[in-house]
Amino acid sequence: MAGTQVNPTRMELTRLKKKLVTAVRGHKLLKDKRDELMRQFLDRVRENKALREEVEAALVAANADFMLARAGMPDEMMNTALLAPKQEVSISAGTQNVMSVEIPDFDFKTRTPDPNDIYSYGYAFTTGDLDDAIRSLSDVFPKMLKLAEVEKSCQLMAAEIEKTRRRVNALEHVMIPELQENIKYITMKLDENERSTQIRLMKVKDMMLQEAHHYETI
Amino acid sequence: MYRAAVIGDRDSIYGFAALGLDVFPIDDTETGSQTLRRLAEGEYAVIYITEALAAALERELNHYRLLPLPAIIPIPGITGNTGMGIRMVRKSVEQAVGSDIIFNEKD
Repeated sequence: MAGTQVNPTRMELTRLKKKLVTAVRGHKLLKDKRDELMRQFLDRVRENKALREEVEAALVAANADFMLARAGMPDEMMNTALLAPKQEVSISAGTQNVMSVEIPDFDFKTRTPDPNDIYSYGYAFTTGDLDDAIRSLSDVFPKMLKLAEVEKSCQLMAAEIEKTRRRVNALEHVMIPELQENIKYITMKLDENERSTQIRLMKVKDMMLQEAHHYETI
Repeated sequence: MYRAAVIGDRDSIYGFAALGLDVFPIDDTETGSQTLRRLAEGEYAVIYITEALAAALERELNHYRLLPLPAIIPIPGITGNTGMGIRMVRKSVEQAVGSDIIFNEKD
């Protein structure tokens, strides 16, 4: 009500009542959406946390392996060994719809099916440590991709939850009370008008009666 | 078909080349942000970025947070785990829930 001017007419009243019904229904729907999104988000974010801890630990270990490998052989050998990779990874990104949030769904394919193609060098000039290091990195990659999927989903869902929460709050604390207030105001105003018409008619009737029959009125 | 990229300092990322990921060694922040933008607009669905570089490019990362693709994921580099990746997850929780309810048991 505050600050807004409403026409106290029946037409406006009908309009506002319709609007209130829509707002209440929208509020209920959005609240349901928010609750469901939140439930799914919490599941995913817990998974995200677990995966991230796992991947980070594995990567730190893999980095340590690489350090070891570098220590054991000359830099040029290392560079040559990794200069021309045999394997190639391509990613297919589908989408999955969770409560109207499009979250990604990654899957990866390697160019060749042979898992040993990650070793892009002859074994003559490299140490076994390098093989170990590459192996450890390769083992963690599927988890890294899963992490990418889950983490992106969490980011997108978090943004959507925030948006939905704002909408729910706006409806609950601004829109709906305002509409109710306006409807109350119009109803009161219309009732008041009706009473005043009634009184006026009674008054006029009294005046006419007095004029015709000289009745005493109170 | 999309591809996956890894960017960061050379020592942290060169191993990924053997797996068949595209690696982009970056030394300074300026080229880092240019490369990130180029990759994000290209055919890359997943971009792994070392935490050290991610910390410097936080503004760019926030920009890509809301886009469906690419997913930009911080990973620990050779200098060790700075906790930046977990911080990003925590940020999502705070954004969604309003306060951190997943990670607070640790603090």
